[in-house]
Amino acid sequence: MTLVKTSYNRRSFLKSVTLAGGGMMLSFSWLASCVSNPKKALEMPKEWFELNGYLKIGENGVTTIMSPNPEIGQNVKTSMPMIVAEELDTNWDLVVVEQAPLNTDIFTRQLAGGSQSIRQSWEALRMAGGTARHMLREAAAQAWGVPLAEVTTATGVLYHEPSGRSAGYGEMASAAAQIPVPEEVELKDVKDFKIIRTSRKNVDGQKIVTGQPLYGLDYRKEGMLIAMIAAPPAFGLQLKSVDATAAKAMPGIRDVIVVDAYPEDYEMQWSDVSAFRKLVAVVGDTTWQVMQAKKALQLEWEPLPGGAGTPESTEIQMERMIARAAQPAREMRRDGDPEAAFARAAQVIERSYTAPYLAHNTMEPMNFFAHVTPEKAELVGPIQTPEFMEKSVSQRLGLPLDKIDIQMTRMGGGFGRRLYGHFLVEAAVISQQVQAPIKLIYSREDDMTFGCYRPTYYVTYRAGLDEAGNLIAFHVKGGGIPEQPVFPNRFPAGAVDNYLAEGWTLESNISVGAWRAPRSNFIAGAEQSFLDEVAEAAGKDPIAFRLELLQRAQENPVGERNDYDAARYAGVLELVRDKSGWDQPAEGVSRGASAYFCHNSYVAQVLDMVPRDGKLVVDKVYCAIDCGIVVNPDAAVNMAEGGIIDGIGHAMYSGLTFKNGQPEQNNFHQYRLIRHSEAPKKIEVHFVQNDIHPTGLGEPPLPPAVGALANALYKATGKRFYHQPFISEKQELG
Amino acid sequence: MATFDLNVNGKNHQVEVDPATPILWVLRDHLNLVGTKYGCGIAQCGACTIHLNGVAVRSCSLPVSAVGSQAITTIEGLSEAGDHPVQQAWLEHDVPQCGYCQAGQIMNAAAFLKNNPNPTDEAIEAAMNGNICRCGTYTRIKAAIKTAAQSMS
Repeated sequence: MTLVKTSYNRRSFLKSVTLAGGGMMLSFSWLASCVSNPKKALEMPKEWFELNGYLKIGENGVTTIMSPNPEIGQNVKTSMPMIVAEELDTNWDLVVVEQAPLNTDIFTRQLAGGSQSIRQSWEALRMAGGTARHMLREAAAQAWGVPLAEVTTATGVLYHEPSGRSAGYGEMASAAAQIPVPEEVELKDVKDFKIIRTSRKNVDGQKIVTGQPLYGLDYRKEGMLIAMIAAPPAFGLQLKSVDATAAKAMPGIRDVIVVDAYPEDYEMQWSDVSAFRKLVAVVGDTTWQVMQAKKALQLEWEPLPGGAGTPESTEIQMERMIARAAQPAREMRRDGDPEAAFARAAQVIERSYTAPYLAHNTMEPMNFFAHVTPEKAELVGPIQTPEFMEKSVSQRLGLPLDKIDIQMTRMGGGFGRRLYGHFLVEAAVISQQVQAPIKLIYSREDDMTFGCYRPTYYVTYRAGLDEAGNLIAFHVKGGGIPEQPVFPNRFPAGAVDNYLAEGWTLESNISVGAWRAPRSNFIAGAEQSFLDEVAEAAGKDPIAFRLELLQRAQENPVGERNDYDAARYAGVLELVRDKSGWDQPAEGVSRGASAYFCHNSYVAQVLDMVPRDGKLVVDKVYCAIDCGIVVNPDAAVNMAEGGIIDGIGHAMYSGLTFKNGQPEQNNFHQYRLIRHSEAPKKIEVHFVQNDIHPTGLGEPPLPPAVGALANALYKATGKRFYHQPFISEKQELG
Repeated sequence: MATFDLNVNGKNHQVEVDPATPILWVLRDHLNLVGTKYGCGIAQCGACTIHLNGVAVRSCSLPVSAVGSQAITTIEGLSEAGDHPVQQAWLEHDVPQCGYCQAGQIMNAAAFLKNNPNPTDEAIEAAMNGNICRCGTYTRIKAAIKTAAQSMS
């Protein structure tokens, strides 16, 4: 047992009746609850007793646990309640999970991003469960007239062993709800975990496979109208004029309006990214009618004033990046004397890598429901940043925060796209203008051409080797539009005496945002490809070469600040080396290795490629991960599999290009995503076993996959791949 | 506008819509069957897959006027109790991540298995290639299809 002070976010543990407007968090929304074990029909209790903001227990022992964070497919709706249930020491089969609405009085960091949900809520979730368990034990001790220390629990039952008494949690729930919240709470030893570290099925699984309404796009409310937007067809343009006469006359069309989503005087915050502040909205009865009317709009566009109106093209952007890369850049880190070391190196290797813009392409396009009245705003839909967007809506509508209610639906993918909630502001403004509840829906074309893309990048690496093949100098100089991809304090910083990291940026009117493992999703692949080439030049095995550098970083690190734990980094490389039988590849297999650390987790991969029917096929990917305690192992494997396939897919096939400011791809016939036959045939995931507090997995498995793919492709083809997507270099996969 | 009599999941429905309206939007907006998903609108992603007389079709590109009396099955009607072998296999393998594309994947897989009870890996891949999963659950989908094939044989 570990004693933890409950002072941390103590508000979470106050009963909701004491909160202003209490009870709101318990509102049973239409898409809320799901039974943890869908095969078992649970009888709902007659009465709920709320022990704290995270959970309530019925008289029959059935327990509702709130899942505080947005669910984008990372499975927090299962894993976060599992952590609460663990410390409550209850029976998972008796747990009902509800998606919590945005409530900053009770929950901290209701955000899906940075792979941080589990890591940052670990303590709060454990305390929520532990606090309730303590209150149940106290209630039992009082009821039985026995010392608290003699009351134990197991799987939802309270025991007093000396007297042989026992009672289900449900029997004590009413009394426990009257017990004051304890000042200190006992948390389990890691070795006593019974739910954490066991695989539990997705709590929404049954609803997903039977097509029950779960997503924002599925939401409907009586009297709701459908709205769609028309945005400028190219970056750098703005609305000049609208003729909606024909559109307004079409069946089912209620109105066509100009929507000033973000007026000039609006102060944009980070989650408000939008290149198209003023739009045209078509509002009508059904989606198809609105889609047709949108085509009938007569719209004129004009360039934005000044430089912002310059139309961008991919070809010109690449020329600008090449020219900029040759110029001096901003120094971010320097160790030793890099130029002197390069001057005396026996061999210098220099390579440049590029990657295009990427759209997020969540399978569920952007959408949001809004019902705005002069008194309040009710919003329902898929959003990764509800707390931030509540502020945006408040500012835009001039309504106080407590008059804005945001309900989170399950999301058909996030990948960072739904960090930027302009569509939520747009929905609110449309609803306000037409004075009706509306659901704003983006078509796939709207979604793919609206912006918030992964930036385009360019990086140049230089390595200096001495006669013995030791890495004596390392230089990374990276840039992008409009963001640079270099992390100056990541590996191999700390492992090389003479090290230089530099960055540069170029401006653009194309809007960008975080895309699954921001910057890492590019720089990892470039770095890991480059290290592979350097290892080859040094005559060393690529994994042994990396381990040698990590040993240096561990034993005698260079510099003051290195943002990684060299021992854990080496640990995943050793694990994947051993599990893949790296030293003895099978006949005809081309293997690539890669390792990366980002978002607090360590991942190493070995990718096996084989020729089949004249094509190259990814036969198997071995993956080793150190993310500390693995909360829900099978779901964690699922995340890793997805990240690997996503990484391979985007490096291989995907990219968004521009001509005169206009995206050249607007749907999946032009924008290629990886498909079934191109995915790895097998993926094998291994976890480092330790008791370190858990870190996330939504992002870390993706970045190294790019390097493993490039390195295996080299083995298979004899050609190095420097420019994503690799199909642009005439390479296909089976 | 015209009136259409539709047979959806064994029930008769009458809708009054523009004849060009894709079945996808009739299902979602008029019949409140939202399990069938909109993904691309141009038959490229498979999220909208339904069965028409037992054959998998893309409902986003199928106008209501082309359906006639053919029986439509959606994810909601694939099985009465949500226990079709494909649905069960999906749960057993805990396939979904975000879950949005899975109704389409399941409908496509169920139609495929009816005619291919013992498929090879290559046949599964070829049959499923029109269904995109942005989360990358392809390896699990394949495993689940194999499990479903076994339980159906």
